[in-house]
Amino acid sequence: MSEDSTFHHGGTGSANPIIELRDIEKHFGNVIALAGVSFDVRPGECHCLLGDNGAGKSTFIKTMSGVHKPTRGTIAFEGRPMSFASPRDAMEAGIATVFQDLAMIPLMSVARNFFMGREPTRGWGLTRRFDVEKANSVTMAEMRKMGINLRAPDQAVGTLSGGERQTVAIARAVHFGARVLILDEPTSALGVRQTANVLATIDKVRSQGVGVVFISHNVRHAMAVGDRFTVLNRGKTLGTARRGEITAEELQDLMAGGQEMAQLESTLGGTV
Amino acid sequence: MPTDDITAVDERLRTEPLLARLMKRPELGAIAGLVLVTVFFLLTANDAMFTLSGILNFMAPAAQLGVLAIAAAMLMIGGEFDLSIGSMVAFAGMIFGACVVNLGLPLIVAVPATLAVAALIGAANGLIVLRTGLPSFIVTLAGLFILRGLSLVGLKWLTGGSTQLRGVRDAAADDWLSPLFAGDAFGTLFRALAARGWIETFPNGEPKVPGVPVEVLWFVGLAALATWVLLRTPAGNWIFASGGDRNAAANSGVPVRRVKISLFMVTAGAAALLAVMQVLDAGSTDARRGFQKEFEAIIAAVIGGCLLTGGYGSAIGAFFGSIIFGMVVIGLTYTGFDQDWFQVFLGGMLLLAVIFNNAIRKRVTGER
Ligand SMILES: Nc1ncnc2c1ncn2[C@@H]1O[C@H](COP(=O)(O)OP(=O)(O)OP(=O)(O)O)[C@@H](O)[C@H]1O
Ligand SMILES: [Mg+2]
Repeated sequence: MSEDSTFHHGGTGSANPIIELRDIEKHFGNVIALAGVSFDVRPGECHCLLGDNGAGKSTFIKTMSGVHKPTRGTIAFEGRPMSFASPRDAMEAGIATVFQDLAMIPLMSVARNFFMGREPTRGWGLTRRFDVEKANSVTMAEMRKMGINLRAPDQAVGTLSGGERQTVAIARAVHFGARVLILDEPTSALGVRQTANVLATIDKVRSQGVGVVFISHNVRHAMAVGDRFTVLNRGKTLGTARRGEITAEELQDLMAGGQEMAQLESTLGGTV
Repeated sequence: MPTDDITAVDERLRTEPLLARLMKRPELGAIAGLVLVTVFFLLTANDAMFTLSGILNFMAPAAQLGVLAIAAAMLMIGGEFDLSIGSMVAFAGMIFGACVVNLGLPLIVAVPATLAVAALIGAANGLIVLRTGLPSFIVTLAGLFILRGLSLVGLKWLTGGSTQLRGVRDAAADDWLSPLFAGDAFGTLFRALAARGWIETFPNGEPKVPGVPVEVLWFVGLAALATWVLLRTPAGNWIFASGGDRNAAANSGVPVRRVKISLFMVTAGAAALLAVMQVLDAGSTDARRGFQKEFEAIIAAVIGGCLLTGGYGSAIGAFFGSIIFGMVVIGLTYTGFDQDWFQVFLGGMLLLAVIFNNAIRKRVTGER
């Protein structure tokens, strides 16, 4: 996939952010994971969050999806101050997340995982029940859209390959991410075709007005779909750049902390 | 590739033979065990065991255990244990006895009051487990001793020194709600059957079996209800998810805390229900009631396919596990074997079940 891909990128400038986080700090005991990060996502844009291992990316998106409460800082959702008490709250607001660990239950079937926490129901009162058929057919259809033909919707997630599992998580988030879609390294286990598929899916939901937060270690993937790029380093933002204002090399250097990377690259003959 | 045909068959999926599909059901082990035990007693036991009265003879203790085991299985699927349910039977029995005898309350008040007290203690168990993050195993082990001790002390205080509270029968026998919790159901039907000579009778024409003990009906009803909840409701999905991986479930929007606390309340409530039935049946309450029932319930649940690690199991399995239990306890009296083989048998079943379940889990998850 080349840098100047065929994706038409979202114009961002004017629209108001769907979600805006200001000066977020997060401490775990005496570990300072985030030391004041500001970030926002607008409708119809893909905002990439980049940074080295341990930079705080996952911690940051978890404050956005209701898993962590920030130690300090404010979150505004559609202009109003918001404090998500749980991931369920964030979901109800239309924020869906693919977590780095995928949040899947290996012993449960694909369809049950897909709708975990948001089961479709049928019937009334005492006969209100989990609509298993609907869950199964929607899961199969959504997975097929992502380029994976499941053998059966009642297959346990534990029997899926790593990439298939990741695809289930992505398909699930896309299905439920009505306002914001957060993807934490969603392509780390994917093959070429599935990766292209995920990038195309990001492009598609973006064009529907969803704000996408995309975390990746792969600068080429980020450049392919990103409209804005924010680099995190040791719990702080190094800055945000718009598409076209920054090159892949510059991003790579920012992410890795420049100098050492240049040295490494020369010893490896520029293959990284 | 056809994209609109939902039923398109994947070429990489061999059609699974029925047996292989059954192998993936958690309750398979319990059903196989039940067949095995039945065959064993058919070969060794007196024919009387499998007559109607013989069957109801072992179904009664099976049902009493089953009420606990089904709830314990749901809690185990939800990823937690409750070791205090045996003591809860004694404690709830005391509360119930005090309500009926000392306070003179009618059952319509006494039963809900007993269930409410139990549910409250269950909720407390759950809250402590969730707040502290300690294993429920250890928290409820404390509950096992605390509740047993409270039952002893409380009964002595209520009765002025005895660990038994009598007089429940006198106080509650005429209560209109009593038939719901004690005695036999379908008495008219059984007498009608006896009159036609379709079931065994005493010389005076009365049927040898006066009816189906109500606890058996509760047992069957609860198994059906629990199965429905587990397999066909969102709450069931939440239970499996909470037990399978707490973090993943919470991050996916499952209200894990609510699920777990509710399960603790249900388990304690099941213990209280059993207490009500036992106390009404015996006419008195005793601080020794429910002794070691927590272990028997967990064993029945494990024989029924529950994994100790949570997230997998079935209520139907616990149902069959309890029947196996009742069959072995009572069945041995129909054979020439020493009754105390019961414990050996039980331990053996447990060990087999755990090994079997482990293998099944690997099959289901395709663990590599
Ligand atoms: N629950 C926690 N308790 C203590 N420390 C934590 C916790 N979660 C994260 N941290 C710390 O916060 C820092 C940031 O972690 P985070 O997972 O956000 O990094 P990341 O940018 O997502 O890294 P990666 O690229 O490897 O996924 C790390 O140093 C980590 O050890
Ligand atoms: Mg991360």
